[in-house]
Amino acid sequence: MSDIETFRSEARDWLEANCPAGARGPDSVLPDVVWGGRRQTFAHDDVKIWLERLIERGWTVPRWPTQYGGAGLTEEQDKVLREEMRAIGTRSPLFSFGMAMLAPVLMEYATEEQKLEHLPKIARGEIRWCQGYSEPGAGSDLAGLQCRAVREGDHYTINGQKIWTSDADVSDWIFALVRTDTEVPKHDGISFVLVDMETEGVSVSPIELISGASPFCETFFDNVRVPIGNRVGEENKGWTIAKRLLQYERSMLAESTGVGSGASTRRQSLLEVARESLATPEGQLPDAGLRDELVQYEMDRLCYGATYQRSTDAAKAGQGMGPESSMFKLYLSEMNQRGSDLRQRLVGHVSLVWDGEDVPAEEREMTRGWLYGKAGTILGGTSEIQMNIIAKRVLGLPD
Amino acid sequence: MALVLTEEQELLRDSARGFVADQWNIDRLRKLRSMSSGRGHDEDLWKQMAELGWTGIPFAEEYGGLGLGYAELGVVLEELGRGLVVAPFLSSIVLAGSAVALGGNDAQRKSLLPGVCDGTRLLALAYQESPRHDPYAIATAARLDGDDYLLSGRKVLVLDGESADLLVVAARTGGSTGDRDGLTLFLVASDVPGLTLKRNVLLDSRCAVNIELDNVRVESNSVLGAPGTGADVLDEVFARAAVALSAEMLGGIQESFDRTVEYLKERDQFGVKIGTFQGLKHRAARWFCEVELTRSIVMDALRAIDEQREQQAMLASACKARASDTYRLCGKEGIQMHGGMGVTDEADIGFFMKRARVSELLLGDSTYHRNRFAELGGY
Ligand SMILES: Cc1cc2nc3c(=O)[nH]c(=O)nc-3n(C[C@H](O)[C@H](O)[C@H](O)COP(=O)(O)OP(=O)(O)OC[C@H]3O[C@@H](n4cnc5c(N)ncnc54)[C@H](O)[C@@H]3O)c2cc1C
Repeated sequence: MSDIETFRSEARDWLEANCPAGARGPDSVLPDVVWGGRRQTFAHDDVKIWLERLIERGWTVPRWPTQYGGAGLTEEQDKVLREEMRAIGTRSPLFSFGMAMLAPVLMEYATEEQKLEHLPKIARGEIRWCQGYSEPGAGSDLAGLQCRAVREGDHYTINGQKIWTSDADVSDWIFALVRTDTEVPKHDGISFVLVDMETEGVSVSPIELISGASPFCETFFDNVRVPIGNRVGEENKGWTIAKRLLQYERSMLAESTGVGSGASTRRQSLLEVARESLATPEGQLPDAGLRDELVQYEMDRLCYGATYQRSTDAAKAGQGMGPESSMFKLYLSEMNQRGSDLRQRLVGHVSLVWDGEDVPAEEREMTRGWLYGKAGTILGGTSEIQMNIIAKRVLGLPD
Repeated sequence: MALVLTEEQELLRDSARGFVADQWNIDRLRKLRSMSSGRGHDEDLWKQMAELGWTGIPFAEEYGGLGLGYAELGVVLEELGRGLVVAPFLSSIVLAGSAVALGGNDAQRKSLLPGVCDGTRLLALAYQESPRHDPYAIATAARLDGDDYLLSGRKVLVLDGESADLLVVAARTGGSTGDRDGLTLFLVASDVPGLTLKRNVLLDSRCAVNIELDNVRVESNSVLGAPGTGADVLDEVFARAAVALSAEMLGGIQESFDRTVEYLKERDQFGVKIGTFQGLKHRAARWFCEVELTRSIVMDALRAIDEQREQQAMLASACKARASDTYRLCGKEGIQMHGGMGVTDEADIGFFMKRARVSELLLGDSTYHRNRFAELGGY
């Protein structure tokens, strides 16, 4: 048997022996995502047991080196593992900003000590991270940030405010951009620091969104003392790291089904929704306009899917994606908004109900998802900023 | 098949790109459009392309082809499209050639395809009768007369029909206009009595003919394959040809986009390059996305033909719809961003807009293909 086939059969045996009933197959109770962190709770024991076993094996992040909590698998082994998981209807539910955004920049820019300190905790889902980039005065113009870090002996004292910090109220640590030099051009005075949110002087205050939820917060720093050793990379060289992390963020957004697309909870295709709503179980949909819009959306999805596959195939062939990741962010977020918007119009009056006695819980969630989805074209760099990036970095248009 | 070019395909692309650069320039379109008779393409150029083997790419080796796939054909077509080259690829190789390959009996394939593959025989497909692409809207009648058929009717927009020695004519042996059933394909020599060709030069300097058939007598062995199978063959031919045409369109899409982006970097107004204006930057960025999406769906749809994927026909419609819309966008933005230069005959950008318009309507524009996609997908 070839090495890879041996790996496959071992993986299969292990999964068979270790994946609990509640974490596989049609009756799986696995949530879409387990975000991890000190406050993580589990509604079902099977989910907890499954996660513990995956962690033990390094299979929450199979490709990471073992010393950082992974299993050191090759790309091929990773693919086989995912196939085998899919075959029994399971997956690793652990996902986090730490995994998708912070870890890759730590691997690239952090000291060995920092990697050994933080990466295993991300792999094990012990620490949940949030992103302290935006400030009230620095959104699209991120480099204009003011949150100040002053060096005093072996630590920095941080004062200032962050805003739109997703999940700050349920996170344990924050990776933040701070200003360490005010005398130089704005990009040259920024440092990248890691802050334990239990440190004295850190406080958060949730912000309510149009969807009614409060998934993000204001984060305040009031004389917060952070060891110098928590800085990643050189002092004042944080902007390079910040930008690299944004590329990972955009890739993450391009891979996910998209904020508010409702795709993860969507049990029905839009065609099925349309059939039900228009009371046309078969034959041609009676509203020619809706039909056309539906088809356009489905075709766009095919085009997007092929583009995504092309970039994956190109990456495998060593022709990696650079600033083109902006295209994915731009297109996907708008396409998802269109899909969600079309769905809401298809279901008609129930989509208008905010709350009440006669509305299915799932519909209420879809309405909230549609509202939340409005953020898709703003977070992670607005659509306009993505277009600026494409114009400058991909097309080389002058400033 | 991965959505990247293999090394062999990259070599093919480079050689096609080099060939077009050496042997062709857009200025030729200005000459072709003023020719009122003769072939609408350059015979010598065609011969050279045949010698390179390109005309045989999609055909089986037993018929003299190279036995390659649409992925390869697409690579060549894209380069030809980039240069707006005029050559009977779509008409002879893709449309009529695949009609013979898919619908012909063994004897017909053996007698016709070798000549198609080596470029010595030119075929053209005469199907369209209605103003817009509508494959079953065929009224042309084929009446049995003893052992022969008599064909009567009118065909339009027969691409490169002026150069073809043999026409594949779609006619009715049953049913009535609009029916899928009752269509039969006939092989008809273009110089038979009762057949009149009217030569038109199209907007984009290519040639097409309209054809009158007045009791044209053909023998029963000129039926391609079996009587009544016309729609089966045409459906498949169009599903392939829509993708091949899209690949050619992709070349023009990319080239007109690239040229316009260059212009944005060159042209000064208000003391700065016009490419500094955000109003133009953002449009260029969106346009870039459309070009990339088109490239992806074209590559995927080409491979779907080679892999005989079940969804091929739907993908073909998604592909042609996208290519049509994107090429139209190229025409619109390309001209607009060139300002007054854009509407002069001197600037090349207008030729891309003209090719875009003809390509868009050939084999169905985006609304046609959305509707087709809907039908195939059960919407
Ligand atoms: C749901 C959600 C979650 C978020 N999570 C986080 C998080 O976890 N951490 C974090 O740090 N941030 C987070 N953000 C913040 C997000 O990154 C910012 O909202 C975003 O960068 C835009 O900044 P802004 O809100 O200040 O808008 P502004 O920058 O004020 O933009 C206002 C408008 O002006 C346009 N505009 C601005 N500059 C230009 C320009 N140069 N050219 C053309 N148009 C321009 C914008 O496109 C926009 O339409 C989140 C935001 C949302 C909505």
